[in-house]
Amino acid sequence: MPTVLILGATSDIGFAIARKFASEKYNVQLAARNTISLQPFQSDIQIRYGVQCSLHSFNALDFNAHSGFYNSLVPKPDVTVYVIGYMNDNEKVISDWEESLRTINTNYTGAVSILNIIAADYAAHKAGTIVGISSVAGNRGRQSNYIYGSAKSAFTSYLSGLRNKLYHDNVHVMTVLPGFVYTKMTEHLKLPPLLTASPENVAEAIYNGVRSKRDVLYVKWFWKWIMLIITTIPESIFKKKKL
Amino acid sequence: MMKKFIANWGNFPVMESEEKSFSFSEQIKDSLNQTDSIIARGNGRCYGDASLEKYTLSTLKYDKILFFDVEQGIFECQSGITLDKILEVIVPKGWFLPVTPGTKYITVGGAVASDVHGKNHHVDGSFSAHVLEMDVLLSSGETLTCSTTQYPDLFWATCGGMGLTGIITRVKFDLKKIETSYIRQKQIKAENLEEVLRLFDENQHYTYSVAWIDCLKKGKNFGRSILMLGEHAGLQDLDAKQRMEPLKVPAKKQISFPFNLPSFVLNQYTVKAFNFLFYGKNFKKEINNVVSYEPFFYPLDAILNWNRGYGKKGFLQYQFVLPLESKQGLIEILHRISNAGMGSFLAVLKVFGEQNDLISFPKKGYTLALDFPVRNNLFPFLDELDKIVMQYNGRLYLSKDARMKADVFWKSYENANKFQEIIKKYNPGFRINSIQARRLHITQ
Repeated sequence: MPTVLILGATSDIGFAIARKFASEKYNVQLAARNTISLQPFQSDIQIRYGVQCSLHSFNALDFNAHSGFYNSLVPKPDVTVYVIGYMNDNEKVISDWEESLRTINTNYTGAVSILNIIAADYAAHKAGTIVGISSVAGNRGRQSNYIYGSAKSAFTSYLSGLRNKLYHDNVHVMTVLPGFVYTKMTEHLKLPPLLTASPENVAEAIYNGVRSKRDVLYVKWFWKWIMLIITTIPESIFKKKKL
Repeated sequence: MMKKFIANWGNFPVMESEEKSFSFSEQIKDSLNQTDSIIARGNGRCYGDASLEKYTLSTLKYDKILFFDVEQGIFECQSGITLDKILEVIVPKGWFLPVTPGTKYITVGGAVASDVHGKNHHVDGSFSAHVLEMDVLLSSGETLTCSTTQYPDLFWATCGGMGLTGIITRVKFDLKKIETSYIRQKQIKAENLEEVLRLFDENQHYTYSVAWIDCLKKGKNFGRSILMLGEHAGLQDLDAKQRMEPLKVPAKKQISFPFNLPSFVLNQYTVKAFNFLFYGKNFKKEINNVVSYEPFFYPLDAILNWNRGYGKKGFLQYQFVLPLESKQGLIEILHRISNAGMGSFLAVLKVFGEQNDLISFPKKGYTLALDFPVRNNLFPFLDELDKIVMQYNGRLYLSKDARMKADVFWKSYENANKFQEIIKKYNPGFRINSIQARRLHITQ
């Protein structure tokens, strides 16, 4: 039975992905900072889907521990999904360096730190799949969330480069751009229903994308066209917009 | 903060509410601290205003299975899981829900808060009879584990207590052993009310029994019905094809009502035609067959959003229970409905067994449930029916109710005072509250 590793399993999207893969008979490794709070998730996956589920303590910001974390995993996962993300109000983030750093490190540096390790292992074994959940916010910087956006932008670039490198090693790298998703993070926002996916939609799209080896995945297809328009607006006009 | 317009299954009343959700129990405390008045809400399948409030706490993401003893049939879960998801897990292992209402799209928390009943009430009681223990998170932030022996006052005020004692977070309950997922079903046509009541009596030994009754018929066919009886089928009852997978969970086959039907579509002529077709589809006096549990327990779940059939104004479901000796009251109410021609697709009749709990709806006697599309003259009409229900010592089901007057509740639920005292003890200041509880003067 194949195994999937979920980095960021306490999030709504992370757990939805875990359930989807478990329902397709993957054993599941759930990783998050707080494994005690993950215990109900573990029993749920084991009882519902009859697969194995293990819990692993992982902190994206504790870079030095990443190598030890990956070494401790038995077996090594066939699919790794980096779901960890952090978004706070942009004004708070830019006025507080700690918050800026936390935004950048959680969304980007932490991902690079752990995925470098996993990518090397996958390349050596000529097998594996890496899925990174990035964001359409990274497609173009906007005044309302450019710290988060720039970190996601860096992550998207990283995944693109990684895909290019690992293609030659038979390793699949998929970039996921979910668009709006109904989660705890967006609970307070009024989201347009047509453009907004549920965590289950995201999980379903990711599972299908892994199977069909997609490179870049927009969960709701019109996001691709929305972002195409947004990225083609000339900078001289874009800079005047309140976005 | 996001506000949205929400309503329960009857689409009446509709109110603006701010919804909060949680995946971890610690997050509930944050929500309680941020709000002055909040009620837990599951899948919104109660009909009236029970789970509506300025703030609602959605339990739907709190849906993890915690424990399942496949040998002993004991199941433990968080409160937001819906019964359909539980069936998917337990049926293949040879277990069934001890009690199930007519829809599988309710949460376990809702099943406890409404203390739901099913077609087997006369044999197995209501849902609370199968609850071994549960956790209730109080407005103070403290979680108490309660059962019939631990904090029994909290336990009994929570079973059927419409979520007013606290947030039900975890429930442990027992399951019913089954050999197959099929039901050996018998349907008997009854010409009138006398006959169907006699048939209920003669068939008490059946685990499951319920009747669909045509309320619009007058004269000698007054109360004509189809009585539906059932038993869990054994292996020997199945045909060769069914035996290939005796514990099969039926595949989802759903059609959806895509929009609200205009209100004029439902009138006494269309309802009469529906009832005629429904009754007429059974040519024979008696039908015996073996069917999957799905059509037997959940016939309406096959049509997603069937509530939209009642139009944008919504509908009220009226469900009352009358003691066995009050058959005259049942006849009187049915006459009123038949004469008023207010229309109802479904009227469901069931004979309850013994139950005498603190605040749960069921008690020994007849229970009748029927739908009324919301119209101007409906409310005074239902007030008239309430008077008959009270006159015959009956009461109304809070999970269906959206309009009962407070004095009707206080007069018909004999333990109302005690119930209120327990709520005051565990939920002081009524930080957990609903518009129903206020309407019924439970929390004011």
